[in-house]
Amino acid sequence: MDLAFTQDEEAFRAEARAWLMDRVPRAPLPSLETAEGFAAHRAWEAELAADRWSVVNWPREYGGRDSGLIRWLLFEEEYWAAGAPGRVGQNGISLLAPTLFDQGTEEQRARVLPPMATGEVVWAQAWSEPEAGSDLASLRSRAVRTDGGWLLSGHKTWSSRAAFADRAFGLFRSDPDAPKPHQGLTYLMFDLHAPGVTVRPIGRLDGKPAFAELFLDEVFVPDDDVIGKPGEGWRIAMSTAGNERGLMLRSPGRFLASAERLRQLWRREDSPQHTHDRVADTLIGARAYQLFAYAAASRFLEGESIGPKSSLNKVFWSELDLALHETALDLLDGEGELADTAWSEGYVFSLAGPIYAGTNEIQRDIIAERLLGLPKGRR
Amino acid sequence: MRFLLDAEQLAFAASLNAMLTAADTPSVVRDWSRGDHTSGRALWSRIADAGVFALAVPEEYGGLGPRPVELAVAFVELGRHAVPGPLVETVAAAALFTEPSPAAGRLLPPLASGEAMATLAYEGAYALDADVATTRISLTPDGPRLTPGHGPVRPSLDPARRLFPLAPGGELLTAAPPVEHALTHARLATAAQALGVGIALLDRTVAYVRQRTQFGVPIGSFQAVKHRLADAKIALEFARPLLFGAALTMTPADVAAAKVTACEAAYATARTALQLHGAIGYTAEYDLSLWLAKARALRTAWGGPQECRDLVLSGGDRRW
Repeated sequence: MDLAFTQDEEAFRAEARAWLMDRVPRAPLPSLETAEGFAAHRAWEAELAADRWSVVNWPREYGGRDSGLIRWLLFEEEYWAAGAPGRVGQNGISLLAPTLFDQGTEEQRARVLPPMATGEVVWAQAWSEPEAGSDLASLRSRAVRTDGGWLLSGHKTWSSRAAFADRAFGLFRSDPDAPKPHQGLTYLMFDLHAPGVTVRPIGRLDGKPAFAELFLDEVFVPDDDVIGKPGEGWRIAMSTAGNERGLMLRSPGRFLASAERLRQLWRREDSPQHTHDRVADTLIGARAYQLFAYAAASRFLEGESIGPKSSLNKVFWSELDLALHETALDLLDGEGELADTAWSEGYVFSLAGPIYAGTNEIQRDIIAERLLGLPKGRR
Repeated sequence: MRFLLDAEQLAFAASLNAMLTAADTPSVVRDWSRGDHTSGRALWSRIADAGVFALAVPEEYGGLGPRPVELAVAFVELGRHAVPGPLVETVAAAALFTEPSPAAGRLLPPLASGEAMATLAYEGAYALDADVATTRISLTPDGPRLTPGHGPVRPSLDPARRLFPLAPGGELLTAAPPVEHALTHARLATAAQALGVGIALLDRTVAYVRQRTQFGVPIGSFQAVKHRLADAKIALEFARPLLFGAALTMTPADVAAAKVTACEAAYATARTALQLHGAIGYTAEYDLSLWLAKARALRTAWGGPQECRDLVLSGGDRRW
């Protein structure tokens, strides 16, 4: 058991740090959830990609550095410590790409991954529907067979980034007669600008269009954009949930950097006693999350999957993120009410954490049933 | 970087667990709480034979140490089985001697072998099990002193922890003692013990809610029950890497972070365990009480939550 990095790993860290020192924009970019900010963040993705820093853990042929999980963790620590912008490509990179690596075809990877790495194509997810949230398998949007492909119809919602994104991926019901709800689903990718797609942005709590509703009316999708076999969408969508994705959705580096900034803010405000414990707990929580990820990465490298343990992760980081930002706003006192600060932007973002990517209630059910072995019951 | 216990460390944990399971520790705890140390001393010897105390003692004095990671492994198991006695204090006493000295030569070998049992406390604070400890050390402003005796027992909320004031005076052991070093070891061992206590409480409560039936179904099928246990699991699973990370760095801030987190996780798990067991959990007779009481006591042993958080915040601006 050790926490020592190799010379090569340290050299990689130093190279990343030097590049970021040089290139991270001095002034923060405008909010990612605005048209102007989205464009600025997309340009930043291209700048990262030009020097192969946008997807370091991907194979070189798709724009990465074949870095492996440990270097990815180190890169993320450097990235957030440098105060670099939020990642507009996050949905595609952490949700779709692992599925393509696992279940996609060579042709799909060659076509989809390079423009994802550069930010040229930004992906939104299309999972939830008005009647299918936590009970995702009850979704009703249809994929109907047609010549050379499928026609998608239905209503998707809470589609993050869809207001400005280019393409989307999600599950559609291709066999309405399948005996069980999670059977007969197909995993598809589609163009948000295709005929038949209507995108209606939804203002999140602060009014910014962070997500959207998608209305689909016989949207044609070629067979090439089906991932895996038709009817096996549920298994395909879930198969990567317990692997890297459980680890990579929110990297420890993000919280380590935010916790350190919170400590600095606390000091600047003369170290008030009323937030002493919460600032300490944030620092401890960020360190715990980092070490938990190091252990998970070590296990992953030995061929073990993270499995339902990723539910521990999800609850932990989402609650840590919220507590961290709440503490910052309390520290700022009257200034904490201002909506145009980095802390308030982060706060509004963190409020959604316990809801998306599987609500924390669903995660606690998974922990209780799959890690503790408690009997299934009514939700 | 491989932040996982290796096969040997896992085997060490498994063998301690097997030995302690076979030792029927709950009855040892109850004997110890009554002041009957016979079964506890026998268990102490077996723990020493397994090499636990040697992990804190340098090789030149008959030990294998210092090996904080293995100590943490061992103390998780000791906590899981609610083993009584001045375990933490014995490790901390050994950690007082970082330099060769005549006193180290005299005191350390019997600690490593299990022939001696040490307790230590700050002057004016209570020392654990001072009646049975053969080496009683008072941390005075002049340095650590071997005290000649102790006052009357004071009951602890954990009946297995018997507390005593130490007598004043006695031989001054070293002039410039690494008290900080000893304290860090005490905190690490306490954090590990607390994590083990929390794990035992969670395991026992999960077993209970699976078999306890109300309204015709196991109470463990209710979401209100599941979510409390899920939160306990989260708290314990994130305390574990802090513990082993601290054992690797042994910086005061890292160890303090592990201490406050493990103790709070164990205490929160104790509250959940008590609530989910209902009235039976609130009885002294039921064995759950052995761990419930310890979870409370360990929170304030060797640095309470406030002191630990102070250390974290004063730990310097390093990037973790």
